[in-house]
Amino acid sequence: MRRIAGLLLLAAGPVLVLGVLFVLPVAGMVSEGFVADGRFAPGAVLDVLARPRVHRVAWFTVWTSGVATLVAVGLGVPAAFVLHRLAVPGRTVVRAALLVPFVLPTVVVGVAFRQLLGEGGPLGFLGLDGTPVAIVCGLVFFNVAVVIRTVGVAWESLDPRPGQAAAALGASPRQVLRTVTLPALRPAIVGAASIVFLFCATAFGIVLTLGGVRYSSVETEIYLLTTTIFDLRAAAALSVLQIVVVVGLLAVAARLRATPDPTALRAVTPVRTVRRGDLPALALTLLVLAAMLLPIATLVLGSLSVGDGWGLDNYRALTTAGDGQALLVPVTTALVTSLRTAVDATWMALLIGVSVSVIVTRRSHSAAERRVRSTLDGFFMLPLGVSAVTLGFGFLITLDQPPLDLRDSPLLVPMAQALVALPLVVRTLTPVLGGIDDRQRQAAASLGASAWRTLLTVDLPVVWKPMLAASGFAFAASLGEFGATSFLARDTSPTLPVVIFRLIGHPGEMNYGMALAASVVLAVATAVVMIAVERLRVPGVGAF
Amino acid sequence: MLATSDATVRYGDTTAVDHVSLDLDSGQVLAVLGPSGCGKSTLLRAVAGLEPLTAGSISWDGADLAGTPTHKRGFALMFQDGQLFTHLSVARNVAYALRLRRVPSAQVVARVAELLELVGLSGYAERLPGTLSGGERQRVALARALAVEPRLLLLDEPLTALDATLRERLAGDLRSILQAAGTTALLVTHDHEEAFALADRLAVMRAGRVVQSGAIDEVWREPVDEDTALFLGYARVLRDEAATRVLAAAGLGSSYAVALRRSALVLDPAGPVRGVVESARVTPEQVRLVVAGDGIGAVDAVAPLGSRVAPGDEVTLRVDVTRLAVLPIVGQA
Repeated sequence: MRRIAGLLLLAAGPVLVLGVLFVLPVAGMVSEGFVADGRFAPGAVLDVLARPRVHRVAWFTVWTSGVATLVAVGLGVPAAFVLHRLAVPGRTVVRAALLVPFVLPTVVVGVAFRQLLGEGGPLGFLGLDGTPVAIVCGLVFFNVAVVIRTVGVAWESLDPRPGQAAAALGASPRQVLRTVTLPALRPAIVGAASIVFLFCATAFGIVLTLGGVRYSSVETEIYLLTTTIFDLRAAAALSVLQIVVVVGLLAVAARLRATPDPTALRAVTPVRTVRRGDLPALALTLLVLAAMLLPIATLVLGSLSVGDGWGLDNYRALTTAGDGQALLVPVTTALVTSLRTAVDATWMALLIGVSVSVIVTRRSHSAAERRVRSTLDGFFMLPLGVSAVTLGFGFLITLDQPPLDLRDSPLLVPMAQALVALPLVVRTLTPVLGGIDDRQRQAAASLGASAWRTLLTVDLPVVWKPMLAASGFAFAASLGEFGATSFLARDTSPTLPVVIFRLIGHPGEMNYGMALAASVVLAVATAVVMIAVERLRVPGVGAF
Repeated sequence: MLATSDATVRYGDTTAVDHVSLDLDSGQVLAVLGPSGCGKSTLLRAVAGLEPLTAGSISWDGADLAGTPTHKRGFALMFQDGQLFTHLSVARNVAYALRLRRVPSAQVVARVAELLELVGLSGYAERLPGTLSGGERQRVALARALAVEPRLLLLDEPLTALDATLRERLAGDLRSILQAAGTTALLVTHDHEEAFALADRLAVMRAGRVVQSGAIDEVWREPVDEDTALFLGYARVLRDEAATRVLAAAGLGSSYAVALRRSALVLDPAGPVRGVVESARVTPEQVRLVVAGDGIGAVDAVAPLGSRVAPGDEVTLRVDVTRLAVLPIVGQA
C-alpha cells in the first residue's frame, strides 16, 4: 500500500499537468455538447449523430483511413525488411529520409501534394487533385514511415534462429516467411496498423488542405463546425464520437503491441547480403522512396519557379507580409516564433515525459501496483489519439477565466504542442528505461549508492541519448503542429504552419509561391532535426 | 556420407573455419569438440547451408552441396536452446516439417504421437513451448528434427543449456534414440562429457582448425598435444624432467611431456614416487590430493576413501599407466 501511495504521489505532478492541460479542455469541449442551459441534455448529441452529413463524414473517415492503413502496411512491411535486414548501401540515410514525412508539417504535405497533383503539376494529368484518392495518398505518405519504423525495429531484433531452424527442417524462404517470420512479427504489424489507422482517422491538416470543404473527415468537420458554422453542439458530439473510438483503438493497440520482456537483451541481427529473391521487396522499397521524394521534389521546384524562369524571389518574399497584406507579420517572424515555441514545447514535453516514463517503467511489486502503473501509462498516451482540434478548441473555451486564464499567455501554444509531443517522448523513453535491469540499481544500492547516485550511474548513461532523440522528435513534431495551433496562435504571432495555411487561402500568385518557399524552409528545419535524431541511433524512435 | 574438404569460412580478416576436412560415415555420430569461439558452430552452420564457404567444399555422397540451399539439403539442425516455434503447440512444432511436405494429416498425427513417445513426451501434444522445462523443450526439438528422418542430424550443443543431472539423463536418452533410429549426426560442443556421451568419433577443433580426429577412445588415449589433452579433461601436463620421472616410475620411456588425469597417481606405500601432501579433499568416491612430488612439482593424486592423509604428510605414490597420455610434442600453452 505504501508503495502505491508513493507511486501516486510521484505521479501527482504529471497527472495534474495533464489534467489541467488535457482532461479539462477536452471535458470542456465535450460538455459543450451535453449541457444545454445548465442541464444535462444528451438528446442533442444523439440528434447530431443522426444527421446524414455526419454519417457521410464518419464513413468517409473510416474508409479513407482503412484504405490508407492497408496501403501503408502493404508498402511498409517489405520496405522494413529491406531497410532493416538487408545490407543495402545507404540504408541509414534512407531510413532517416523516410522518417521525415512523419514529422513533416501536415500543411506542407498538403501543399506538396496539391503542387504535384494539381493542374500543371507533374501528375496533374491523372486528375486526382481534390479527390479522395489524393487524400489517401497523402495519408499513406505520412504513415508509411510509422510502419517501416515499428515493423523494422521488431524485425531487426527478431531472432533469426527459428527461421534457420525452419529452413533446416525443409522450409523454403517463402514458407519461412509465412510460418515463422510473419507470425512473430504479427504484434508489431497489427500494432503499427492500429496506430496508423488512428493517425489517419485524426489527420487534420492533410485532409483540410487536400479535401477542402468537399470531403470532410470527422476531424476537419469538427474544425468547420466550430470555426465556420459555429455549431458547437454538433462539434462536441463529433468530438465525443471520436474520443470513444480513439480510446477503444488505443486500448486495442496497447494490447497488441509487442511487449517482450524489456530486460531481455535486445540483440540486433546483422544485415545480410541481397539475394535474388529480395528483388521484388527491393523494387517496392525504391518505389516507396520515389513516391516519398516526388511530392517533396515538386515542392522544392515549385518554390524556385518564378514566372517563366527560376529564382529565389519566393524566398526573398518571406521577409514580407505577402500580396495584399495576406499576413500581419512577415514569414521570417513566424519562423522565429515557431522555433521559440518549439523550444518551449520541447522542454515541457521532456519534463513531463521523463517523469512519466520513470513512473511507468519502475518495477511493480504487486498486481495492484502494476495495474496503477499501466493505467497511468494508458492515461499519458491519450493525447496521441485525441483530436488536436478538440484539444485546441477545448483550450480556448476552458482556459479563459481565472484562475486558469492562459489565453494571453505566450506559453499557451507551447503547452498544447507539448501535449501533442508527449506520447512521442514517452514512447521513446519507456522501452529504454524499462530495459534497464532493476538488479543493476539494486547492485548499485547494495554497494552504497544513494538513490540519486544510482540514477546517475545506472540510468543516466543509458538514457541520455534517447532523451536527446526524444527532444529532437518533440521539437520536430512541435515545429509542424497545426491542428491545435491553428486555434490557439494569436494573429499577431502565428507559427510557420499557420502562416503557410493562410498563404494558400489567400489569392495571389506571390502568396502561393511564398507558401511553397515557407514549406521548404519548414521541411528543411524538421528534416535537419530528424537526421540529427537518426544519427543518435536510438532504436525505438518513431516506432510505436 | 558427409565430407568436408578444406572447408574455409572467413569474415573479413578473421578466419572462423580454416581448411577443415572431415568425413562422417552413415549411421555414425561425430562430435566436433572445441572451446567457444573455435569456429565449430560456424562449421555446423556451413554444413547446414546457413553460412557460405569462402573456400573448399562440403559434399554428401560425393555431390557438392555448394548450390543447395538449406531447405533442400535434407538435414535437420537442432539449436542449443531448441528454437521451438513459440506460437505453435508441441504437436504443431513436431509436425512442422511433415506439414511442409504435405503429408496427409492422419499420417502426421500418427507420426507425431510416435515421435513424442520416442522422446518420452506422450500427452504433451497440445502444450505450448513456453510451458515446458528446458529439458522438455530439447526433447521436442529433437522430435521435430527427427520427424522427416533427416539424412543428417546437426546438433549444436544440444545439452549445454541444461543443468547437470538433466544433462546426464538426456544424454543417455539421446544416445539410444540416435542409435535406435540409425541417425547420422554431427554434434558440436565444448563439453567433452557431452561428446563422450553421444559420439563415436571425435574431432578436436582449435582456432578454426581441426587439430586431431579419430575414433573417440583413440583421441582420448592419445591426445596430440598439451592443449588438446587439457581440453579433453586431463588435469595437468608435465614436461621435461618432471615428465621423465613420472614416465620412469610408470616403466615407460622418456618423452617431452606427459598428460595426467587426476587419478594417474595413486597413494601406495610401495609406490616409487615420493612427495609431500599439499592438500587433501574428500569426495564421495575418493580422497583427492595435491602432492608436491620430488623433482616433479605439484601433481594431483587420489587415495581410497578412509585414507588418513593430511597436508604435510610424506607419502609415496604409484603411477597408473592407463590414466596418462604420452604427448609426442609440446603444444604452445
